[in-house]
Amino acid sequence: MSEIHLVVNRGNAGDERGWDESFYVRASKGMVVLDALWQVQEQVAPDLAVRWNCKAGKCGSCSAEINGYRLLLCKTRIDSLPAGQPITVQPMQTFARIKDLVTDVSWNYEINRALPPFRPRESSDWRWFQRDITRVQEMRKCIECFLCQDVCHVLRYQRTEKPRYAGARFYVRAAGLDYHPMDDRDRLAYLREEAGIELCNVTRCCTEVCPEGIRITDNAIIPPKERIVDRYADPIKALLRRMLRR
Amino acid sequence: MPETTTQCSPLLAQFGEGGLGQTRRPDRWWLAPASVAVGLAAFAAYSTWAALSGENYTFSPYLSPFYSPNFHVPRIHVSPALLVLWAPLGFRLSCYYYRKAYYRALYLSPPACVVSEPVRDYRGEAGILRWLSIVHRWFLYASILVLSVLWLDALRAFDFNGHLGVGLGSVVLLLNAAALSFFTFGCHALRSAVGGNKRCFNCSALGHIRYRSWRAVSYLTSRHPFWAWASLYTVALADLYIRLLSMGVLHDPRVLL
Ligand code: SF4
Ligand code: SF4
Ligand code: FES
Repeated sequence: MSEIHLVVNRGNAGDERGWDESFYVRASKGMVVLDALWQVQEQVAPDLAVRWNCKAGKCGSCSAEINGYRLLLCKTRIDSLPAGQPITVQPMQTFARIKDLVTDVSWNYEINRALPPFRPRESSDWRWFQRDITRVQEMRKCIECFLCQDVCHVLRYQRTEKPRYAGARFYVRAAGLDYHPMDDRDRLAYLREEAGIELCNVTRCCTEVCPEGIRITDNAIIPPKERIVDRYADPIKALLRRMLRR
Repeated sequence: MPETTTQCSPLLAQFGEGGLGQTRRPDRWWLAPASVAVGLAAFAAYSTWAALSGENYTFSPYLSPFYSPNFHVPRIHVSPALLVLWAPLGFRLSCYYYRKAYYRALYLSPPACVVSEPVRDYRGEAGILRWLSIVHRWFLYASILVLSVLWLDALRAFDFNGHLGVGLGSVVLLLNAAALSFFTFGCHALRSAVGGNKRCFNCSALGHIRYRSWRAVSYLTSRHPFWAWASLYTVALADLYIRLLSMGVLHDPRVLL
């Protein structure tokens, strides 16, 4: 391995199509795609925009599409990609471009603000058991890379405006709160009416890309879908509830 | 049509009205949906034919899983398979894994991750398809009933006119019942019902049992796609084997104890 051929899709704000630019950089052992882009910045194109922070796969800043796959630039080793072929790098396609590989993900922060936050139970004994927190811990692994939002076809190709579709990242956040034994809020109505969870057709692309290995569809989308049926649509459960209330 | 936009997607700007199959993925992304479509079509064709045939479904002591429980309703002249098959069929059609499989392979929504799909008025599972989640649990309960009969059939397949024995058919029926159980008990609706729907195991009644059962079902749920396909094949192969025995094409190797 000596030279790497990078094809980077560049562009300015508003230019979603952009243009492809080729760069050649020296390969070294254990190198990741972000290293290659640094070399480009250092040696050829100091104005190449790329966002990163930790270079350890934990801050979720460097999400991009490498050879068409949704990956973190800092976690994708060059030697994991087909050798001898150009490596294409483009920004996330679901979000508007700011410059080159940097996209505007602020839409996600708006969604985040609308999500009912944690509200502690009153007068509870603040001790809980590992078995009750394991599910929460899985959801808390999220690094907000928004790759699951980027890959989701509901956000990517469809033109649904209402109900608002919060997207996998926020079903993960809602699940983390909903499973928390010390939280006393109920987010089912929010998920169903405002977050549009029923628009998800459980096709699992989000689960396939999550760099933290969160089983998004199995653990954060299908369980609330089942609870929505329990609450809003199951005739026997409704009958039981009515009888018990009496 | 009113002009609506996604909250954030610039993709349409890039691909225009672009229909199906636009992507930058360099791999053969169509291979997975195509094989799913072929697999499902092959099973649908075989099972329809086998269920409608109404003959060659038993070879003592074996009974084809398509025809079990073997109801004979007087004066109704339909294949006995049709009186039972609605349950497992409905169960599979509304299963969360199969939904993924056919939404991708048949409905092309999306055909594969980040491959564009035909532009249509997308309702996901918020419209009529919501019913799939609603009815899934009812088909689950019906399927558990059918499955328990299949276990009885599998045990009966070791009884050769009062003699205990093992035939290839006994093993086939046993493996089929096991594969169907691994599929059925990995159901997402079951996973929710046994405990997944609780916020806190420790604070709910029977918390320990709920937690244990939820763990067990979760284990199978994580392998749900595998068992979905494995049990689809075992059920068809079990029927085929018994059919060929009964038609005299094959001979059943047996050991009587
Ligand atoms: S499973 Fe649902 S949220 Fe995840 S990518 Fe598919 S449609 Fe989007
Ligand atoms: S759930 Fe996974 S893919 Fe989605 S934002 Fe969090 S870490 Fe990224
Ligand atoms: S730079 Fe932090 S995740 Fe890549």
